[in-house]
Amino acid sequence: MLKRYNINRDILTLSAILIIVPFFFQNDFYYEIAIVSLLNSLICIGLNMLMGYAGQVSLGHGAFAGLGGYIAVILGSKYGITPLFSIFIAVITMAIFAFIISKPILRLKGHYLAMATLGVGIIISIVLNVEDELTGGSDGMSVDSFTVFGYEFNSSLQWYVLCAILLVFTIWMFTNLINSPFGRVLRSIEGSEKAANSVGINVSHYKSIVFVLSVVIATIAGSLYAFFSGFISPSEASFSHSIELVVMVVLGGLGRIYGAIIGAVILTILPQLLTSFEDYQTLIYGAIIIFVMIFMPKGIASVYEDLKGRLFASNK
Amino acid sequence: MLQINRVTKQFGGIKAVDDLSFRVKKGSIHSIIGPNGAGKTTLVNMITGVYKVDSGTIFLDGADITNISTDKLVYRGICRTFQNLEICENLTVLENVLLGFDKYMDKSLLKSCFRAKSIQVDEARYKQRALHLLGLIGLEKLADQKAENLSYGILKKLEIVRALGTSPELILLDEPVAGLNPKETQEVSNLIKTVVADEVTIILVEHDMKMVMQISDYITVMNFGKKLAQGTPEQIANNEDVIRAYLGSGVVC
Repeated sequence: MLKRYNINRDILTLSAILIIVPFFFQNDFYYEIAIVSLLNSLICIGLNMLMGYAGQVSLGHGAFAGLGGYIAVILGSKYGITPLFSIFIAVITMAIFAFIISKPILRLKGHYLAMATLGVGIIISIVLNVEDELTGGSDGMSVDSFTVFGYEFNSSLQWYVLCAILLVFTIWMFTNLINSPFGRVLRSIEGSEKAANSVGINVSHYKSIVFVLSVVIATIAGSLYAFFSGFISPSEASFSHSIELVVMVVLGGLGRIYGAIIGAVILTILPQLLTSFEDYQTLIYGAIIIFVMIFMPKGIASVYEDLKGRLFASNK
Repeated sequence: MLQINRVTKQFGGIKAVDDLSFRVKKGSIHSIIGPNGAGKTTLVNMITGVYKVDSGTIFLDGADITNISTDKLVYRGICRTFQNLEICENLTVLENVLLGFDKYMDKSLLKSCFRAKSIQVDEARYKQRALHLLGLIGLEKLADQKAENLSYGILKKLEIVRALGTSPELILLDEPVAGLNPKETQEVSNLIKTVVADEVTIILVEHDMKMVMQISDYITVMNFGKKLAQGTPEQIANNEDVIRAYLGSGVVC
């Protein structure tokens, strides 16, 4: 059965870790960090698909996640729409938004694409700050509790289970997608757009699809985060959050299926581990990132894959 | 099969291709030669929809294909290779060839995400066909190697094989043997001959005169964007205009 549904060793390992880890949680704070790690992992999977596989940079995904969160929250608090349905509407809205901006923006390449996504991100962030009647401005706004068909999510464990299931399911779909002809098309766009074009691939069409997909995942994670924390502020949509997400993907390993999760988890937990260093916290945080990038230029996941490859080779 | 009527392409003040017309016969190897800068690659780029033509028309089997984009032309049976290698180095050799079959593959999102059986079956089938194509150039053994690890000569051949995956009726080869050694050149020549035997038409842009003279059915010579001469290899070899264009005007300084 495992083979039939393509549930490989990596997915089983991930599931096992997700089940075991809560036994070591001493209080709610551990859960909180874990849930934020899982939600960041989700966004990074989408971002990795865009950056690591299709080779298109985005410096705006923090803003997309934030905007998606705001749409879901505002629909709930101002119009009384149930959380699940408001997330659904937010996803549809953001998908249309992403599709429209993808057409002009994804014609750009490299640095210019980075600049354009950066611009869109900053515009979103400014709008969220300024439109205080709707968004509460820079003070943010509180969010009603999350209910699904009358079932209320009020404990951290419930949230943890929800996010963990969502993550495993997403990574399973993502693995299937990447290993399908669709995934090959994405990688071919990174390899050579001209080559892809010459065998009949409509490159801009696929760039749009993958961009929309990554924004949809960011919207889901962004709205869940807002409902989980009970509060949303423009800082979720800030430039620094977008950069943080990119760093997670790069550090974890661009174009490695599990790179996004590894990067997101490490960079979400690291600041918490470093709090004892007080004033030097940021300095050490930066130094660690620099060292990882020098000694593992292809990301942390690549080291794991190399090890696996070597073990495999020695078995032969 | 292919009919080019008075096409012109201008870059700034330079007419890269100037009022050029010729026809390509079905199932033939039609070479286009000329000194550097004669407009050969520009012509290929116009036929394959990379550049828009300024004026003129291009017909394929009686249908107007002027200014149709490269990816759509693949569905009409036109495929090309590039002068400067365009291979996805992040993919394996086999994946690069599989890319050639892309136009036949089902890439619907839901089916891909949920690993539909039909996609698995198709993939296995195209893998067999891709391996068969790799066999034509003796590369089955390298199928799982990353393309970035392979030599230039192998990748040049790989590009042609990838184009064959699209089952084209017309292939445009832009300098397929540039930078290859004589042995590799011979292999590419043989590959081209095998392909033509399957009723595929070939437009060959090439500087290697020995190869061009050996395998061409017909040659069009370009110079400064214009057609200088056309004919069979024997006619071209003895054409004085062509000799002058290649070797200079004969004025001794």
